[in-house]
Amino acid sequence: MSDEVSALGGVTRSEGIAKVTEMPLQGMVTVRGDLSDKVLKKAILAVTKLEVPVLAEINQVGEYALCWMSPDELLLFCPYASVEIILAKLNKSLLKTHSLVADISDARTIFCVSGSMARDVIAKLAPVDISPKAFQNGMFRRSRLAQVSAAFWMPADEVVHVICFRSHAQYVFTLLKVAAQKGSGLNVF
Amino acid sequence: MSARLSAYGRLLNKARSVNFTFNGKKFRGYEGDTLASALLANGQILVGRSFKYHRPRGIVAAGVEEPNALVNLGVEGNFEPNQRATTTELFEGLLATSQNHWPSLEFDLGALNSKLSRFMPAGFYYKMFIHPRPLWKYVYEPFIRHAAGLGKAPKNRDADTYEHFYAFCDVLVIGGGIAGLHSAKAAAKSGARVIVLEQSAHWGGRALVDGGEVDGSPVDNVVDKLLTELSSLENVTLRNRATGAGIYDHGYALGYERLTDHTSDNAGPRHRLWRIRASHVVTATGAIERPLSFSGNDVPGVMLASAVRDYVVNYGVGVGDRTVIVTNNDDAYRTAIILKKSGLVVQAILDARMLAVDSPLVAEAKSVGIRVLMGHAISKVLGGKRVTAIEVCSQAGRGTVLEKIECDTVAMSGGWSPVVHLWSHCGGKLIWDENFSMFRPDVDKAPKGVDGTAFVSPAGSANGHFGLMELIGDAHAMGQGAAEAAGFVCKRASAPEGSYIEEAPMVPVWLMPQGANFALRSKSWLDYQNDVKVTDVQLAAQEGFESVEHAKRYTTLGMATDQGKLSNINGLAILSDALNQPIPQTGTTTFRPPYTPISLGAIAGEARGEVFQPVRRTPMHDWHDANGASWEPVGQWRRPYAYVQPSESIQDAVMREVKNTRENVGLLDASTLGKILVKGPDAGKFLDMLYTNVMSTLKSGKCRYGLMCNENGFLIDDGVVARINEETFLCHTTTGGAESIYGHMEEWLQTEWWDWNVYVANVTEQFAQIALVGPNARQVLERLSGMDVSKDALKFMEWTDGLLGGFDVRIFRISFSGELSFEIVIRSSEGQTFWNALIKAGKDLGIMPYGTEALHILRAEKGFIMIGDETDGTVIPQDLGLHWALSKKKEDYIGKRAHARSHMSNPERWQLVGLETLDGSVLPDGAYAVAEGVNANGQNNVQGRVTSSYHSPNLNKGIAMGLVIDGPNRMGQIIDFPGTDGKTYQAKIVNSVFYDPEGEKQNV
Repeated sequence: MSDEVSALGGVTRSEGIAKVTEMPLQGMVTVRGDLSDKVLKKAILAVTKLEVPVLAEINQVGEYALCWMSPDELLLFCPYASVEIILAKLNKSLLKTHSLVADISDARTIFCVSGSMARDVIAKLAPVDISPKAFQNGMFRRSRLAQVSAAFWMPADEVVHVICFRSHAQYVFTLLKVAAQKGSGLNVF
Repeated sequence: MSARLSAYGRLLNKARSVNFTFNGKKFRGYEGDTLASALLANGQILVGRSFKYHRPRGIVAAGVEEPNALVNLGVEGNFEPNQRATTTELFEGLLATSQNHWPSLEFDLGALNSKLSRFMPAGFYYKMFIHPRPLWKYVYEPFIRHAAGLGKAPKNRDADTYEHFYAFCDVLVIGGGIAGLHSAKAAAKSGARVIVLEQSAHWGGRALVDGGEVDGSPVDNVVDKLLTELSSLENVTLRNRATGAGIYDHGYALGYERLTDHTSDNAGPRHRLWRIRASHVVTATGAIERPLSFSGNDVPGVMLASAVRDYVVNYGVGVGDRTVIVTNNDDAYRTAIILKKSGLVVQAILDARMLAVDSPLVAEAKSVGIRVLMGHAISKVLGGKRVTAIEVCSQAGRGTVLEKIECDTVAMSGGWSPVVHLWSHCGGKLIWDENFSMFRPDVDKAPKGVDGTAFVSPAGSANGHFGLMELIGDAHAMGQGAAEAAGFVCKRASAPEGSYIEEAPMVPVWLMPQGANFALRSKSWLDYQNDVKVTDVQLAAQEGFESVEHAKRYTTLGMATDQGKLSNINGLAILSDALNQPIPQTGTTTFRPPYTPISLGAIAGEARGEVFQPVRRTPMHDWHDANGASWEPVGQWRRPYAYVQPSESIQDAVMREVKNTRENVGLLDASTLGKILVKGPDAGKFLDMLYTNVMSTLKSGKCRYGLMCNENGFLIDDGVVARINEETFLCHTTTGGAESIYGHMEEWLQTEWWDWNVYVANVTEQFAQIALVGPNARQVLERLSGMDVSKDALKFMEWTDGLLGGFDVRIFRISFSGELSFEIVIRSSEGQTFWNALIKAGKDLGIMPYGTEALHILRAEKGFIMIGDETDGTVIPQDLGLHWALSKKKEDYIGKRAHARSHMSNPERWQLVGLETLDGSVLPDGAYAVAEGVNANGQNNVQGRVTSSYHSPNLNKGIAMGLVIDGPNRMGQIIDFPGTDGKTYQAKIVNSVFYDPEGEKQNV
């Protein structure tokens, strides 16, 4: 079927101090295993052309990315349509390596917060040092936005991608909207 | 009469006038005024009535320490009580009203209390209203509550928005006065990230009023230069109108920023709460002047000497035409000199000290022609709503009047106290400084971080250094020290040098005159806001309240919204004197955050309105909403309780849904059920430990219902487990259990069975799950076509994957209703489309969605338990007749050992039964069954309770489940359930399976 819809249908809002947009469906695979295992590293490299990231980082090239989630968990980004092929490949190459891979593309929602005050918006909701010195391209942080779990990274200057659970999409979108309300910029970053 | 002076007014923009309203009267001030300075400029010194005696009260201070000038600000959605006029910046259209009087500020009936003050000493309320007991609740308390409280509570929803901000820095400097700015610069030079918070709108603090030089430049130039320099540094953040409100463990500090309070433009959030993590904090919080305790020191017109000076210099306001200065130190002379310079009359300076040699300030006052009376004091202030005169006495005597001096203002100074609040919040200790009669930070006993090193440093006057020379040196050193403590290296640079002015030492004066009699003492106020007098504290000491904390609570000293900023030291000095012990032995009360009041809105931040709480939504949420869903909160989710059609009650809808599901086919959004993947060579072994029954023997393609207990044997969750392949299981949990059971699994895997090869993943939200229930269910699926769901191809408790109507699905044949039932799983992004397809396919088969209440009734008809209804954290599987699910073969599982405890195997435990009322009515949910006799408290003994109760439309009678002592062995007995409606319901104990006990309907 090609009727897949993201949680909020690609909603966007650009009033206020930053633009907030729901990103289209993104292929996401959770990978649990020993991240130092050679077979696992090789299997990951084969499907993504990426090395396993170190603590709290993201490796991204093109449509693929690997995010460090925990000492034994990665989040793999790929095109939405490629998930099944990737799952099959990983399952095959990890047949004899203790691991768990699962499609979670539909369990998550990604928002893009952009503009010169994108960092301000995140700093109002997440207890994370997001100043340019402390948080840069290539970093990946699991934290919370107000009352729910979230993770984020900055694929470019002035652009933050935020990932949350799909069921929280409406809450997180409204939250980002509120935090980006007009006249609320701090100009500290 | 207070009035505007043509000269002075450092902070004013006299080119822009601002209109405001006080108690309905229109006034005009200037841009840059505070509400207090603007009121004074308009001759309004009377601003409120005191809390207990309703005495007229005027403005006393010019800053956060102000106890009297509290006003109601704004109207409706912007209304806020207890706002300090001295820190409220004037803006066009500001609306303020005074507080705590009736019918008016000028004429207040409550002032009668003042005449009765002899009869209302400390502890009056405790003593008076304790007997007879019942009167407290119905008479005294409502009366006191009506009379008490300063401002009115807001009635409207707050129209403003608020937010938090998480900030991180190496050095946080609290206070943007001359000391704070020097500390900030010293720290910033090392490269440390520095945040500076200044509570007022203006930088530089008192130094700009009092003058002086740093490195040969006048302080105003110095502050300008510092600001320019600091603003240009990338590693420095300066925030004014931002109070450092509290310091907590681990370098956590709160800043309270006011964004729109000073303007009529309300765009953006009103307040912002800064949640700061700092490696090191510098408290450059300044000092507060102390009042003197003399009779009538609360009459409007009696003010702090520094405040009188501030109003002249900062706001160009002369508080009065004829002022008397009363002091025990040199600093108040500055006020006299400035008043004189500005053309106002200073009648006299009463200095309680006897100085052998005039200090430079004393000499200067004398040289400009001010009359100075050494060793003198105020015996009494005359006047009601404004000072009219004072009576002069000798400080050493008992108050014999030597002279009467006409005046309208008294500027008093009892010395200065460093603001040690923030230093103390996290455990910084204080020492008593004999020279200045004040508590100052004991820098050797600083608040300590996790590594045992100090993380707070006091600086400047907050550290007890008052002269510019000492103060600047200290601030510079503390700033450098803070940066070094945060791991930075400071270059050895020579410290800036402040100018030195010699001052004669102050002498402590806690009571004026020293031998004041009772009449004088009983009108000598310590705490203006809470109406505590010298005699009250003395009475408390006399009655045995020797601890400062007890005396505080007994007298309410320092318990008002100003938290004793003016009264604290004076009060404990009087207490020490009464107890005949030195002040440091009495000690201070505890300094707790916030330093000044912060708004509740700022604490709540963004969490209000739509984002008050997260609401989780399934992929079909919007459809439910559009189709009459009456919502029920289940954890953070919202689930449809029922889909109510037009002209139908909720109960009608539930009945229709239950019947339709049994007779045709129903559709339930079960997406909220937890779905946890468990994978690995040890997955079977792991699940055997988690569930009470055996899961490892389950065949791929099959499902099994399982129970989970905690270590104490109590039921925590249940659900269907499906084996996906040799190494993979999919565990279903209850809606509320998804996250906690996932956490439970991780905890056991990470802490106990870390060497087992198992990984788990919570995939709950990856899928929409739809239960298709009823005799026509199979037909609906067959119409979509693509998968064989016949009785033999997909047996009860089996699952299969496939393409159904083009959708990639997994179908479970499981039932929580006793009907033919399938649960179909599909990716969330296709959930709504698939739901639509089912409804379309089943249209002529009577397909209808049903909600959680119908789900409950359907399962109750079959006697299926529900976690959270039949269980409450104290129920074990045996109580529910689920012995069959407790494996006897397994060596161990979580809860097994607990089940062997004597209390768990006691036959007297309450056990699950069905209950039916004799007349077919519905038993009240949660009702208790009474037994014979009463317990030790005289309450009826009980023998059971209702856990679920519904009207069953299929059986057309009330059905219920309950836990009853030895229930299963008492079939047919009738027990009584008194309801809260006064009726007693009689119910018969029956089997808990009411409908289709043979289970034929699901096996078709």
